Amino acid sequence: MTNNHIIDLKNISVSLGGEQILKNMNLYINDKEFITLLGPSGCGKTTTLRIIGGFLEPDEGDVIFGGKRVNGVPPHKRRVNTIFQRYALFPHLNVFENVAFGLRIKKLPEKEIRQTVDEMLKLVNLSGFDKRNVNSLSGGQQQRVAIARALAVNPKVLLLDEPLGALDLKLRKDMQVELKNIQQRLGITFIYVTHDQEEALSMSDTIVVMDGGVIQQIGSPLDIYNEPKNAFVADFIGESNIVDGVMVRDFCAEFAGSRFECLDKGFSEREAVDIVIRPEDVDVVPTEKGMLSGVVTSVTFKGVHFEIIVDVRGFKWMIQTTDYEAVGNVIGLRIEPDAIHVMKKSVYSGRYGDYSSFSDEIDMLSDTSYEEESVPDE
Amino acid sequence: MKLLSKVYNFLVFGFLYAPIAVMIVYSFNSEKSRTNFGSFSFRWYQELFNDDIILKSLYVSLLVAVLSALAATLIGTLAAVGIDSMKAPLKRAYLMVNNIPVVNPDIVTAVSMMILFVFVITRINGLNMGFGTLLIAHITFNIPYVILSVLPKLRGMNSNIYDAALDLGCPPLKSFMKVVVPEILPGIITGFIMAFTLSLDDFVISYFNSGSTAQTLPVTIYSMTKRPYSPKINALSTLLFISVMLLLVVVNIRQSAGVKKDKKTIKKEVR
Amino acid sequence: MNKNGFGKKLVTAPYTLWMVIFVVVPIALVIYYAFTDADGGFTFENMTYIFEYGKTFLVSIELALISTAICLVMAYPVAYGISRFEARRQQTMIMLVMLPMWMNFLIRTYAWMTILEGNGLINRALRYFGSDGFGMINTEGAVVLGMVYNFLPYMILPIYTVLTKIDVSTIEAAKDLGAGRRNVFRRVLLPMSVPGIISGITMVFVPAVSTFVISKLLGGGKTFLIGDIIENYFLGNTGMINYNIGASLSLVLMVLILISMTVMNHFDKDAGEGEGVLVG
Repeated sequence: MTNNHIIDLKNISVSLGGEQILKNMNLYINDKEFITLLGPSGCGKTTTLRIIGGFLEPDEGDVIFGGKRVNGVPPHKRRVNTIFQRYALFPHLNVFENVAFGLRIKKLPEKEIRQTVDEMLKLVNLSGFDKRNVNSLSGGQQQRVAIARALAVNPKVLLLDEPLGALDLKLRKDMQVELKNIQQRLGITFIYVTHDQEEALSMSDTIVVMDGGVIQQIGSPLDIYNEPKNAFVADFIGESNIVDGVMVRDFCAEFAGSRFECLDKGFSEREAVDIVIRPEDVDVVPTEKGMLSGVVTSVTFKGVHFEIIVDVRGFKWMIQTTDYEAVGNVIGLRIEPDAIHVMKKSVYSGRYGDYSSFSDEIDMLSDTSYEEESVPDE
Repeated sequence: MKLLSKVYNFLVFGFLYAPIAVMIVYSFNSEKSRTNFGSFSFRWYQELFNDDIILKSLYVSLLVAVLSALAATLIGTLAAVGIDSMKAPLKRAYLMVNNIPVVNPDIVTAVSMMILFVFVITRINGLNMGFGTLLIAHITFNIPYVILSVLPKLRGMNSNIYDAALDLGCPPLKSFMKVVVPEILPGIITGFIMAFTLSLDDFVISYFNSGSTAQTLPVTIYSMTKRPYSPKINALSTLLFISVMLLLVVVNIRQSAGVKKDKKTIKKEVR
Repeated sequence: MNKNGFGKKLVTAPYTLWMVIFVVVPIALVIYYAFTDADGGFTFENMTYIFEYGKTFLVSIELALISTAICLVMAYPVAYGISRFEARRQQTMIMLVMLPMWMNFLIRTYAWMTILEGNGLINRALRYFGSDGFGMINTEGAVVLGMVYNFLPYMILPIYTVLTKIDVSTIEAAKDLGAGRRNVFRRVLLPMSVPGIISGITMVFVPAVSTFVISKLLGGGKTFLIGDIIENYFLGNTGMINYNIGASLSLVLMVLILISMTVMNHFDKDAGEGEGVLVG
């Protein structure tokens, strides 16, 4: 395997204010890849970013950049640049001077500065905004200025700390596409921090799922979604029904009182496991054809599909279906072997219950919690 | 109801301005009387400008105001940056000490410093109350106000902009000067102006800490009030009132001009 | 900010040093002097002067309280009235309130001497209308008048500030919920302006209770306030000077202010960080 790591984090541990934020973290990042650190507030993703940026020194471990150890190198001497939460534009400078800031520090000739700034503003679709006051720009435009400012100094790695968190949904989707385009066009490494799993799934080459200062899983978006390593990852990425089960033998799992054929193997006989079944992978069938049966307890219309909650022997399943089922109907459920994903038991087992107390609002609330993520000041 | 409130406001403002109006009128009195108005004259203004004591104390006042405001702004701004980045318990302790001169009655601040000065002076030969002690006292009561006007600016600042400057390759001290200082400049300027005016206006602390060699204008005015009536005070007050009014009007016009300008640029941008 | 910053510890050093030498040490000296005699021996004797001047303390507090109350009653309607004007008018009105404040208070007090004197303007006017006139200067009333006149703007400004910060929609909400004028004032406006009232009261009471100039100029040596006594012990006639007694009275005054501010802050539980830390 050829090593094209641009950044290596080796055995990184950090404590802030007596609280351990990162625990012996190991992570390598390939050159030119779009990697996302994904996790809930306080999982250590922003701290990881600040360590790479040089704003925070790890208590233990090495930060390797392009093969060289860079511990102790101050931020202004690192060839990585950051897009900060809420942009951190310089309010006293106009758009042009914001973008030119890093170039002026380098004391480049005026002509070159002008050329680079023009180029960058064009890249982020802000040509002609040079003289504008940054405070008069919309959130999306400020975001673009922040990107142009960071890219102007030609970094090898761009760190993005929840850059889209303050934008509204529509704008966020547009910016996702645009960021991905910019990354591909410039061919530089993006390290992206977010708590939004959809954002992570749609943009990344690699996703690093973190929780409690520990990396839970590293993989491509498809791997992470289809083959979550534990109940935390399964729950955090997308919707999932996580039920207790037992591996009877290879290719045969037992849960919800029945035995199912599956594609997983390599567990010991009768090993207790967590079973993940995505809501879209369950087929609704007449009761007599179903492998399981249950009573519909709630139905929500979601546009493309209905989201129905089904009570199967006291455990509430979420199922997405295109056919309407009335509350109170008894329906059969069919689960194909490739819809069943078996996970080893972990500390997260049993922490995620069923959908009995599910409500949309809770998701909405957690969406706006990005502001709490910032690392405490020292 | 509307009328009543108008009449009321008129009365209160009348109350505030009547004594000043009286002084202004009598400053042009040709006679040395508080009651009889002879004829219109500039006699007291002439006498005022020939009064060396008043002129010297005006000079002392201005000098101590400028010097103490400069020193307080420098010390206070630096300290505010440090205090802003402190952890909560230490920050609280600092702010508590900072507020002592703000909360304490002037007379307590004044005598406490006087005790210190006398304590030192009586133990070291050759020292005396004078311009030095006056300046120290003024710097001391000015610093807290600078801190109090700079701190909110630091708190309101997106602390990431300092990081962003570092991130773009700017060394720390330069980052501070190029990014943080412009952001908190309004607070620094407010702090300086506040310090300057407080210092100019102060009587109590100067009275206790200036000795006889470096009297400020208010101290001189105070000693004049004890002596027989002199309309020179009226003339002086009128001049002060007019300069303060001009200053406020200029500041006010500049502010509203600034507002207008902002409005214009915003309008332009909307189009 | 972060560890890579520019000597964060160092930037506070001059300030820390300055504040310790010129604020903390002097306060400590006041306490030291208050409990020692002329030779430096420990004593409680200075403290007994509190009782000797008990009446003076009471008069000072009484006059300051009366002035504060008058200021509050006078200022609230003015502050409210100003806050209802359109923005530009507000600015002008506030400028008018502040303008006298920018005049030195000695001058403002002196102006009243001219007006109140036996031969002053008011008496002359009264005599013109056939009345005998009466002695206004050198009374407690004149001292209260001086305090109200000098400190009224300090009451108007903070109340005005909180009133402008009140969201108009909260008043509309109250009306929407059936509150009349009286109830809007009593249940919404007044409770919401408490922080301004509190800082107004402090800003008037503290200088009023500790003044010695106003009582000297308008009280004419008949009304002695605690400030006069303290001034006498530090800068009075040679025989009168006694730093120890002066320090003990200053200490008591300081404690008195501290207690009253703590009490006031108690009423204002929502005090922001700025005001909340005033008394810790």
